[in-house]
Amino acid sequence: MSYTGWILLTASLVGLSCGFIGVLLILRRMAMMADAISHTVLIGIVVAFLVTRELGGVHMLIGAIAAGLLTAVLVQWFHSRGVQQEASIGVVFTTLFAVGVVLIATEVGNVHLDVKHTLMGEITFIPWEKIELPWVGAIPEAVFILFLVLLVVLVTILAFYKEWKITSFDPALAASLGIPVLLMHYVFMSLVSVTTVAAFDAVGAIMVVAMLITPAAAAYLWTDRLSIMLLLSGSFGVLSAIMGYYIAAWLDTSISGSMAFSTGIVFMISFLCSPKHGILAKSIRPSMSA
Amino acid sequence: MLPALSVNGLSASYQKNKVLDDVNFDVNPGTLTSIVGPNGAGKSTLLKVMLDLHPKLSGSVSYFDSTYYKVKSRVGYVPQRGSVDWDFPTNALDVVMMGLYGQIGWLRWPKRIHREKAMNALDKMGMADYAGRQISQLSGGQQQRVFLARALVQDADLYFLDEPLAGVDAATERAIMDTLKTLKSNGRTVMVVHHDLQTVEDYFDHVLLLNRTVVANGSTNEIFTKENIFRTYGGSLRWMGEKSG
Repeated sequence: MSYTGWILLTASLVGLSCGFIGVLLILRRMAMMADAISHTVLIGIVVAFLVTRELGGVHMLIGAIAAGLLTAVLVQWFHSRGVQQEASIGVVFTTLFAVGVVLIATEVGNVHLDVKHTLMGEITFIPWEKIELPWVGAIPEAVFILFLVLLVVLVTILAFYKEWKITSFDPALAASLGIPVLLMHYVFMSLVSVTTVAAFDAVGAIMVVAMLITPAAAAYLWTDRLSIMLLLSGSFGVLSAIMGYYIAAWLDTSISGSMAFSTGIVFMISFLCSPKHGILAKSIRPSMSA
Repeated sequence: MLPALSVNGLSASYQKNKVLDDVNFDVNPGTLTSIVGPNGAGKSTLLKVMLDLHPKLSGSVSYFDSTYYKVKSRVGYVPQRGSVDWDFPTNALDVVMMGLYGQIGWLRWPKRIHREKAMNALDKMGMADYAGRQISQLSGGQQQRVFLARALVQDADLYFLDEPLAGVDAATERAIMDTLKTLKSNGRTVMVVHHDLQTVEDYFDHVLLLNRTVVANGSTNEIFTKENIFRTYGGSLRWMGEKSG
């Protein structure tokens, strides 16, 4: 496949995974947690590197899951002891992120891992870092990992579709029906973590938040059905990723920045034009907004 | 007769304040009980502690002479209407079907029979025409009826309802009370957190007067006396009396 082809495939896989996960993030009112986890996975990556001395994909995923779960557990722990939810998120993620930054600056030194790379991502290198797979041949490692993560995300969402729905809508009822609400919360935090770290190379820690939240927020404006919201959000993710690449090529600028910007454009269009919640629809049919 | 529910020495705190202190009471099967008490008396907390949604400090709760976890499927819960996000992308039928998710089980999708059960329950609550309606497009009373329909499909033996009559229209109030009375006459046990002292005698055969601990518990005729109400509400009763409706 051509260089551009690999980049577009990478970006689309990021858009799909983030789009699906983002829907649940928004409906569970956990957008702030995405922001937190996107930063704290840094410490997971650094520690994974310190232990194994390599920047392998699988190690990074395990480190990220551990860091994401640590974040979720700490936030819950402080909150249950009287710290406000938002303050708890803010304290935990900045502190863990700071530890990651300090570790990078001292221990890891000059390795490929640096703060700018993790924050902004570097999708342009992805097509060159290939691995050899049986049957498939040589494909970029990032594509392979993103594909695995997308598969895990899809299977987990589809297999437990009704459980995700009920624990998001009415956790008290879910618990009274015997559905393990807290366990599902941590499973979900793990999904957010792996999605984030898999998207890291492509878009970096800051832009991944845009990919997680904005397509889902846009999809929310178009539909009243969860299944359609998931489909739309995934599609918006892919659309933004591809649009972002061409904007970057056209303006000769940061690819990850352009992708995040594109999610903003998709959202603004949705905000203005969606038939149910859009500004235009409301001004044309004021009676509908009542 | 074995009690449907038996609470012994139950205590719980909410953000460091003890809101329930040594609560003891039994509820017989086939009764319709209102839980009545002033704001902050621990009524909602009591339901949550009994359902293990909120931790208890001490005490025990037994259901049908067994533990909650053994009889979970026989216990239904209707949370306060305000406890969920009504902008959630789903429709009325879907919300009712959620009551069946426990029975459907893991890794299975709802089938036609579940959809039919849910439609049937919506119909009983006079909501069949609104099955496909997005839930934010329903009025407060209609939303409460959807919640009741969801409780009906659970087909439980013991129901807890948290303020089901709060902020609903008169027609919905009648529909809900008819449903609860039907449940009772079918031998089900129903406990309702209720705030309107004026309707207690008309609606409920039993009453549990609660203010952090049980002030009185028993049949409405015997227990719901001026003296007991005054003991439950203390100084705040005058304020309750001023409330209209």
